[in-house]
Amino acid sequence: MFGKLDLSAIPLSQPIPLITSAIVVVIGLAVAVLITTKKLWPYLWHEWITSVDHKRIGIMYCLLGILMLIRGFADAIMMRTQQAVAINAEGYLPPEHYNQIFTAHGTIMILFGAMPLVLGFMNFLVPLQLGVRDVAFPTFNSVGFWLTASGALLVNVSLLVGEFARTGWLPYPPLSETTYSPGVGVDYYLWAVQISGIGTLITGINIVTTILKMRCPGMSYLRMPVFCWTALASCLLIVAAFPILTATLAMLTLDRYVGWHYFTSMSGGNPMMFVNLIWAWGHPEVYILILPAFGIFSEIFSTFSGKPLFGYRSMVAATLFICVVSMLVWLHHFFTMGAGAAVNTFFGISSSIIAVGTGVKIYNWIFTMYGGRVRLEVPMLWSLGFIFTFILGGLTGVLLAIPPADFVTHNSMFLVAHFHNVIIGGVVFGIFAGVEFWFPKAFGFRLHAGWGKAAFWLALFGFWVTFTPLYILGLDGMTRRLQHINFEHWTPWLYVSVVGIAILIAGVVAQVLQLIVSIRNRDALRDVTGDPWDGRSLEWATASPPPFFNFAVTPNVEGEEAYWGIKLRAIETQQLSPEPHYEAIEMPINSPVGFYTAFFATVFGFAMIWYIWWLAALSLLAAFIGFVVFAWRDVHEFEVPEEEVERAERKRRAAREEFLNRLAHEGGTA
Amino acid sequence: MIWRAARKCQARLLAPNILLLLSLGAPLSSCSLAILDPLGPVGRGNAQILIDATIIMLAIVIPTIALAFWTAWRYRASNKKADYLPYWSYSGRIEAVVWSIPILTIMFLSGLIWIGSHELDPFRPLPSKAPTLEVQVVSLDWKWLFIYPEEKVASVNQLVIPAGRPVHFSITSASVFNVFFVPRLGSMIYAMPGMTSQLYLQADRPTQIWGTSAQFSGDGFSDMQFNVHSLTEDEFAKWIDHAKLAGPVLDQSSYSDLLHQSQRMTPTVYGKADPHLFHLIANQTVASGAGPQPEAPDHAGRETSTGGKH
Repeated sequence: MFGKLDLSAIPLSQPIPLITSAIVVVIGLAVAVLITTKKLWPYLWHEWITSVDHKRIGIMYCLLGILMLIRGFADAIMMRTQQAVAINAEGYLPPEHYNQIFTAHGTIMILFGAMPLVLGFMNFLVPLQLGVRDVAFPTFNSVGFWLTASGALLVNVSLLVGEFARTGWLPYPPLSETTYSPGVGVDYYLWAVQISGIGTLITGINIVTTILKMRCPGMSYLRMPVFCWTALASCLLIVAAFPILTATLAMLTLDRYVGWHYFTSMSGGNPMMFVNLIWAWGHPEVYILILPAFGIFSEIFSTFSGKPLFGYRSMVAATLFICVVSMLVWLHHFFTMGAGAAVNTFFGISSSIIAVGTGVKIYNWIFTMYGGRVRLEVPMLWSLGFIFTFILGGLTGVLLAIPPADFVTHNSMFLVAHFHNVIIGGVVFGIFAGVEFWFPKAFGFRLHAGWGKAAFWLALFGFWVTFTPLYILGLDGMTRRLQHINFEHWTPWLYVSVVGIAILIAGVVAQVLQLIVSIRNRDALRDVTGDPWDGRSLEWATASPPPFFNFAVTPNVEGEEAYWGIKLRAIETQQLSPEPHYEAIEMPINSPVGFYTAFFATVFGFAMIWYIWWLAALSLLAAFIGFVVFAWRDVHEFEVPEEEVERAERKRRAAREEFLNRLAHEGGTA
Repeated sequence: MIWRAARKCQARLLAPNILLLLSLGAPLSSCSLAILDPLGPVGRGNAQILIDATIIMLAIVIPTIALAFWTAWRYRASNKKADYLPYWSYSGRIEAVVWSIPILTIMFLSGLIWIGSHELDPFRPLPSKAPTLEVQVVSLDWKWLFIYPEEKVASVNQLVIPAGRPVHFSITSASVFNVFFVPRLGSMIYAMPGMTSQLYLQADRPTQIWGTSAQFSGDGFSDMQFNVHSLTEDEFAKWIDHAKLAGPVLDQSSYSDLLHQSQRMTPTVYGKADPHLFHLIANQTVASGAGPQPEAPDHAGRETSTGGKH
């Protein structure tokens, strides 16, 4: 009836996952009770869960990502402390638990932390920056988000029911085959990543289509903000690389479930094929994350320097260059498998060549500041911290791309330090910079600058104190994923790394406090004009938060930096552009199909993990029926009456008008 | 035991130890780090390339970081002395320089990659007048088996090699992926089931160091270290003679005992080893490691850890 599932699946003998799950369940129940007593369920259902508004979906993506970053960070704290106490000792985490933690840490941080945040930014910003009202397929967008959430849920369920994979975040066979991993851990991994991967592919298709087909009049390709270019490059990579992931995981699933031999080491299977395929997805994946972060930094450098981005066309070229070359470098993850000198040379050079694109970008950001009026606000601090951290991470990356140097650093703590250096220094710093920058746009008030600065400095110092020791340990031959350590002379460095983690914890606390303080002082921090940073692209041309239809009148773009042009004209003529003629707007109606599909996808995944075949068949059928019912739908859109559009826009214009008058009195620039 | 035989700190600093300077490293500055303090020609080649490439890149990276901070500070909004050029966003000359700097650096490094990859190819024999020693390496759950096919002896978790002579390792795995790595000798390479990889290493002088697996291989992975003794030619010959007299026999039946998952196995020597065993393992003619036993977990869906407990 319940397949492999019975009560012994709950790890009663392991206090850490048990207590953690209990806390999560209690918090979840408390939130549910709170929502019920405040009668917020209808609001949540109509305004968020069934919403097809790209901004709402973007915000939900970011919330999911931040929750998962915290979960992954908890794993990181356990890993660093375990290694510091398990020197010639067993520590507090036995191997069967520790190995799940580093696997979950990698999987969660990349696929359920960084990915949702990056996709959330693209979802929120791309339509606003392109001057359109939604993405190309709004309901599909909701399906994509909820499938990602479904995968995240499955990973977290594994904490309480059964176990997670113990193989590392990329489950190399033969270790991940049933012979060596008979438990459900790898199955949790496979179904969670498979379901969320499909969600990511859907969002990727959506954003590519939006950028290629839905720009507002006058928004030619070379007038798009650079963030849109990086989003396009990133989503093209999603469309190219995620099907590889889906196919690879499907093959491993067939190996595990029906005893096929794609990746076994016998009967014609070859585990190296898995390694090649998974990195053919895995390496582009890194650029899927970092390219939008580059886009975020480009917007911030330009806005806070009060200048257009230096070398816009170079930036676009460098982005597309990285997009293409990133598909040609996957073998550098396993130079040490003995591919031979010629192959290693090719992939070594192609990997270092990516540094050309990145190098050009860094110089262009520097020259964007040159001759500017650089305001050192919080987003700009993160961006400068990024330049410093990322350049050094890039340096160690190029070292690892040199095969003979990789031969002594592969899989070492040097490697661990390197990829955290680029992912934290690049992607995470980018995300925090972006949150500080666009938070007022999303919620209508700015974040408290003091706590933001504290969080930045703690994160920067915490990062270097945590990871510098790992570079050194790597150079001393320490490999990654050690549950305990047999060499006492590594102790000081492991302790220093724990101090770093403590600083990072303080940084996370500062970040949370910033949010709380800002919410409490939201009236003082209110952004009334919709343009708190003196921005240059179209998202600042509408109110904060934007009305659900984004723009009262579709903008007409007449040059690069669309909103900057509009503002300059307003300042020259000392008045806003003449009031347009408002028209009724057609907007897509909400749909529960995304939530519904993801609900049954979760049940399906869970049933497959535990071999509950009847439930798997039923939930698959239920999900399919959901599609059919949706396809039968006659009404797709509703009309926003012109009075409502007019009301929303008049309010924004009044605030802008007042701002312009004040400016005229004070005689500023913009 | 290996964790006690951990390498003693040696007060030798590599001359251009830029990586150390970078790492703000005070506590360890009196002793050097394993892979920057190589004991043989391969490790020296690896370390040299690591250091050369770092210096080449630092020559670009340090001025770039300095330029970034100088620009941000010089053009800070409160500095009214700095020019404000609100429309300046293109300069063909700067663009040319900006593309040229990374391209030239990478071209230079590409030369390094090309030459280095060929010279330090793990499959490439080391030039030496001394005859090369053959050692066959099998990674098991969770220990290492070393077979000396010409001497017909074998050992577990203990690699004994003659100093000053190149060693040719043929490497395979009897279970999952591992990586054969002796940090102070240099290059590492994967041990993979059904495949044989090759690696040439050499220790310059007699010493005691350690090797390890550099690829996670399951619950017992943390104890995948092994002792490495490099001996003088005479001592090595003596060790072989001793081994031949002392140890038990390694054939297919005693080998099958090694297939059970176990951890921290005491270094063992086999006096008589089947010289064909390695090929049988690499071709998977003999069975591979069976994974966790008993196969049926005593908790639903959760593997039980067998490593170190049986």
